Amino acid sequence: MINNKRVYPDKPTKVYFFGTCLVDLLYPEAGVDGMRLIAREGVKVIYPQNQTCCGQPAWNSGYREQARAVARQQMSCFPNNHPIIVPSGSCAGMMRYHYPELFKGEREETTVQAFAQRIFELTEFLVHVLKINRQDLGKPIKVALHTSCSARREMGVAEEHERLLAQLENVEIAQHMRKEECCGFGGTFAIKHPEISAAMVEEKSDALLQENPERVISGDCGCLMNITGHLKQRESRLRGQHIASFLWERTNATDS
Amino acid sequence: MQQTVDFQNRSHNALGDPQIRKNFRSAMDGLIQKRRQAFPEREALEQLRWKGEKIKANALSKLPALLAQLEENCVKNGIQVHWAETVEEANHIVLDIMNRHDAKQLIKGKSMVSEEMDLNHFLEQHGIECLESDLGEFIIQLINEKPSHIIAPAIHMNRLQVAKLFNEKFPEIPYTDDVDTMTRNARDILRRKFYEAPVGLSGVNFAVAETGTLCLVENEGNGRMCATVPQVHIAVTGIEKVVEKLSDIPTLLRLLTRSATGQPITTYFNMINAPRQSGEKDGPKEVHLVLLDNGRSRIFQDAELISTLRCIRCGACMNNCPVYARIGGHAYGTTIPGPIGSILEPQKSGLDELGDLPTASTLCGACAEVCPVRIPIPKLLNRLRFEKNRTDETGSVKGAGSGREWKEATLWKLWQILHATPPLYRIGVKIITRLRGLMPTQLGPWTSVRKAPRIAKKSLHELAQEEGFDHE
Repeated sequence: MINNKRVYPDKPTKVYFFGTCLVDLLYPEAGVDGMRLIAREGVKVIYPQNQTCCGQPAWNSGYREQARAVARQQMSCFPNNHPIIVPSGSCAGMMRYHYPELFKGEREETTVQAFAQRIFELTEFLVHVLKINRQDLGKPIKVALHTSCSARREMGVAEEHERLLAQLENVEIAQHMRKEECCGFGGTFAIKHPEISAAMVEEKSDALLQENPERVISGDCGCLMNITGHLKQRESRLRGQHIASFLWERTNATDS
Repeated sequence: MQQTVDFQNRSHNALGDPQIRKNFRSAMDGLIQKRRQAFPEREALEQLRWKGEKIKANALSKLPALLAQLEENCVKNGIQVHWAETVEEANHIVLDIMNRHDAKQLIKGKSMVSEEMDLNHFLEQHGIECLESDLGEFIIQLINEKPSHIIAPAIHMNRLQVAKLFNEKFPEIPYTDDVDTMTRNARDILRRKFYEAPVGLSGVNFAVAETGTLCLVENEGNGRMCATVPQVHIAVTGIEKVVEKLSDIPTLLRLLTRSATGQPITTYFNMINAPRQSGEKDGPKEVHLVLLDNGRSRIFQDAELISTLRCIRCGACMNNCPVYARIGGHAYGTTIPGPIGSILEPQKSGLDELGDLPTASTLCGACAEVCPVRIPIPKLLNRLRFEKNRTDETGSVKGAGSGREWKEATLWKLWQILHATPPLYRIGVKIITRLRGLMPTQLGPWTSVRKAPRIAKKSLHELAQEEGFDHE
């Protein structure tokens, strides 16, 4: 699962943005802010309107044929050879590592392998390709960072998340207990094994709350939906935010 | 499926038991910490894991030949080799050896294969007393429980629970909850048994084909006692434990002990080559090796799933698993619990019986990250989820296709149509965003501990258009 450090291309003139279905429906501002962060660096961002979902839910539930049909549809949205930026470690991991598995032995096998090489998780793209470093314009704030398991272990971009937050002068990162541990989301896991999932999100939230942060930042909306959904249930005032929105808020002159 | 209900019930009970939660959490935290300290350099660890993977993958690639070579060399050394296709056969082999010696007592070192065989139960039905001599196994045998962890079988109990148990079972010994004193007391009881038992049994960690050597890793010295004090020693193991060369052992041993308990090496490391030779003063007069298949050769046939058989039984995957750490080993209801158990056991018993264990994971990847032989556990969990639901008849996995339910399959089909038809998807999203006020606040199990997520006013599709991030 460990990502061997990849070689990054030079800054391109155009990129595609794959927003993900969770962002589309629940956190669209994270998608918009992700695109703004890229566009601000002088790169044209294209958001194909025919995109839907990467297919991960079916893939992880063992419904490969259904996942393949949906994956095919996504790949048809990105015909030109531009990088494809995904604001989620989990969906990026699906497209980068699991598409080639999903199409193994299919006639598109080689095309899919080439497609997978064009997938970048947002934070790795910001750090390694765009090399962004903007001034923090916000007031001092203490935040906790929850890096999703796929961002950490599959895409290997936990350090990139930390590096982006560390660039922000007035932001203090609270280090919470067992920060490498899963929040208990796991897609259909949360539905199939709700009690185990509940125990996991409860403990994750305890660990976060213990550090008394003002916000929880994550690069994955699945984790955010899980953790903040539970925090609201507990009537905690701690709110969550996607890392793209947080970065935009802190560095954009008119927004802060 | 009944087993789903059983798993849910057992995990429900475990989650509701604060003592279990605390015992596992603190024990697992400790083991995680120790492993981490044992591998201070990331790069060196990765190199070592690569090497471990290569050694085990190589051995599996020539498994039939290596097993034949192992048998040949064992026999040359004077070790009697027995083959068992099923646990019934393996149990009868052990029973026959016991009967031949008219033996009524068996002293056992720790062996997960003997757990797989349910050997104690079987022998007891035939009037033979089995005594576990590993401290953890000794403890759980007193209360007739199964191991909750493969290297620390009584990890679900803490010091005070063990002290109370010893006090109940051995009222003649004064109460103590001091670990060293309790250990000494257990040793005294066991020491007497070692002299009485005519047959000793142990597992095998690695069996070396080129030399016919059986390697046994342990900390308490009981394994060595089992293999040397009684007149007869029986080693039971799975066929996947064979490795090609003696020079493979240092790498595997280094990985095993560090991954398991964080030790650079265990207190005892035994290499058994032969029974007592003429002129030698000790050692068993007979050594038997029982090689068990029990579904392993079926796993061996699948190019992807074969990596399941690389496992060296260190337990690091369970120590690092956020699910195992909360529900403990007993909830799984299998001989081997945790992530490795969730891929191994359903393949052995069939997906019709244990097909839901592969769903008991968030696929967080912590297991694969620590596995000393780099078994891609999440990938294999995913594969088994697929095998369970597949419709064609080509699946080589036992019970393939048995879990497909038309309701679930229909939902996924609808999901597919919605997400592979962009105009339909966009209309659907538009309707949901416009009707977001009507969304239910209760969403089944999701909202048992969470508030329902709030649908956005406008989707990213719409916002992207408004902001000018257009289609090409």
